[in-house]
Amino acid sequence: MSEHALVDIQGLVKAYDLLPILRKLDLTIARGEFVALLGPNGSGKSTLIRLLCGLSRPTAGLIRIGGWELPKESAAVRAQIGLVSHKPLLYDNLSAIENLQFFGRLYNLSGSGLQAHIQAMLVKVGLAKRGHDLVRTYSRGMLQRLSIARALLHNPDILMLDEPYTGLDQDASTVLDGLLKEAHADGRTILMTTHDLPRAAVLPTRVIILSRGVIGYDASASGLDALSLAQIYANVTSMVSAR
Amino acid sequence: MKTPFLRTVLSIVQKDLRGELRSRELVGSMGLFALLSILVFSFALELDRVAREEAISGVLWVTVIYASTIGLNRSMAMEREHGNLDGMLMAPIDRTAIFFGKLVGNLVFTLVVGFILLPVMTALYNKSLLDPIVISLLGLGTLGFATVGTLLATMTVQTRARESLLPIVMLPITLPMMLAAVRATTATLSGTPDDGSISWPAILVVLDVIYLVASFLLFEYVVEE
Amino acid sequence: MSAVQNLPLQTAEVSGSETHIRTRILQGLTVITVVLVAIGVYLALGYAPTEAAQGEVQRLFYLHLAAFAGAFIAFSATVVGGVIYLRTRAVKWDTLALAGVEVGLVLALINLITGMVWARPIWNTWWTWDPRLTSEAIMILTYAAYLMLRNGIENPEQRRRFASVYGILAMTTVLATLLITRIRPDTIHPVVIGPSPQNAEGGFEMTQRISTTIGINSAIWSIFVPITLIWWRIRLENMAERVRALKAQVIER
Repeated sequence: MSEHALVDIQGLVKAYDLLPILRKLDLTIARGEFVALLGPNGSGKSTLIRLLCGLSRPTAGLIRIGGWELPKESAAVRAQIGLVSHKPLLYDNLSAIENLQFFGRLYNLSGSGLQAHIQAMLVKVGLAKRGHDLVRTYSRGMLQRLSIARALLHNPDILMLDEPYTGLDQDASTVLDGLLKEAHADGRTILMTTHDLPRAAVLPTRVIILSRGVIGYDASASGLDALSLAQIYANVTSMVSAR
Repeated sequence: MKTPFLRTVLSIVQKDLRGELRSRELVGSMGLFALLSILVFSFALELDRVAREEAISGVLWVTVIYASTIGLNRSMAMEREHGNLDGMLMAPIDRTAIFFGKLVGNLVFTLVVGFILLPVMTALYNKSLLDPIVISLLGLGTLGFATVGTLLATMTVQTRARESLLPIVMLPITLPMMLAAVRATTATLSGTPDDGSISWPAILVVLDVIYLVASFLLFEYVVEE
Repeated sequence: MSAVQNLPLQTAEVSGSETHIRTRILQGLTVITVVLVAIGVYLALGYAPTEAAQGEVQRLFYLHLAAFAGAFIAFSATVVGGVIYLRTRAVKWDTLALAGVEVGLVLALINLITGMVWARPIWNTWWTWDPRLTSEAIMILTYAAYLMLRNGIENPEQRRRFASVYGILAMTTVLATLLITRIRPDTIHPVVIGPSPQNAEGGFEMTQRISTTIGINSAIWSIFVPITLIWWRIRLENMAERVRALKAQVIER
């Protein structure tokens, strides 16, 4: 099964000394899936994302992404991943274009190809007119769109988002929906943590609920609506914590 | 697969210089602090002519090292605040390239402040510091402080105490450097650059090499999680 | 289900009998160390002759030098622990590094205090801003900063990594303290091995008995004392770890 899996996690444990965050997680994600990762605060969602990005070392277990193993082949893994964290990962005192140039160079992109690509990305996220403005003048929504442009700049196979909807207003959220749909339509695999249950029921193809470091629910999103997901979420999270 | 080392270093340096040219935040705060420090020293020590001669290199180096901790804190906090360090760590680059990129930026900014200090101190203390040997000593010493400082500031910005911790961990470690720098400068200013027993500039060079090698080997461990 | 039990716990799962044997060895080592230290003290107070110029206070010197030798060994253990921890990420090596710092600090303080008591009659002052004294004080502050750095970090993995890095760097201040009397010609601190600087005040002639006392005391303090103290400190840390593990298991239920 792991042959077709883009992301293959086996027996993943992450503990801070004696405080376990993830407990023996097994999970495979196939190419082209759009996975929503739900769960209460402290359930290990962000920890999982950081582990998959190679920003954190597993205590035990195996992570394989696109056939490369973490943390040994972490540079190869990182090259395939675009990350949108809950922080913007952008420099305040640089313009949008300068930010994208900088990160593009770190991914070994350069020259006129990079320039054209940056322009295209800015058009895509609707920031073409603000490209020369300093990032510190951006609103939260614009920052988030620019973050997505930054994450997609090197054309990664996998897009990871850590609570991308936090702090966005309705309009900005709708724009983000569109961008995610588009990225998914382009054939990218998406893993997104969120607290937004209605969105998690609609947008993704698969829903996973983490609770206290284990997978409490994992199923296709087809046929789910916001109400039934909310019911399931309540069951799963209270069930585990009651033990 | 990986982005070439030198290209990464240059991109980071260029990014830092561009941001600084725009905001002048680092050089501004370091420079202002340095000027204040010189004035405070001259009041507090009530430097007369003779005392000035002896204290001037101490004042110079203490000012440089304190100013550099201010700059280092800001420079690394910039990478931390918006998660930019993670952004760099995600890129398929050598992690030590991040160290050298940040080091060059920090070194340049501290040197700029140092070069502002020399003529100002020359005017205020009536003792010429605009001497090629003093300038090269400033370069050697600042390199050592910036090297250890970049490594240590990368650690301390990730801790709870943040800004306040950097001087506490950095001052004792760099003290041998400080001592050699002060001695070398005093010897040059008093016109007895070689008292026969020991070559202070040579010690500065040795310390620079030790700090560079140690930081090069250890940096990787202070950025991973 | 208790996930904590599934975790690779850091506390070594040693069998009861093995723990018992280790405890016995440590107890034996402690007795030997105490006896040896007593012998060392006897040599310093009884066997070694009263130094002609300095009088009885010179006897402090045997402890003074020996304590520094012990501190040097303990701080070296910190470097070894730090390097191996960064390579293997096995917690026990960081525990060794921490124990090295704490034991080294205690020994360095003994070195400092005996030095000050000796200096009062010989140099006519408790403290002087001599290069070696200053360097020693800075060395002690560096290791105090090591403890502060550890304190400032919540994430235990990060704490160990940063502490290892800093413990390795801190060695430079120990080496500086060792070497400074060779580099700085203006020190008044006497050098025991090799020629003393011209300005040195308080050196003395070596006799057979004096050098024997120096040798034996230094050997005891640089081998037995740090190893015994570090071992006890590691044991204490392991016990604290066990308590934390049991606590975590109780909370887990």
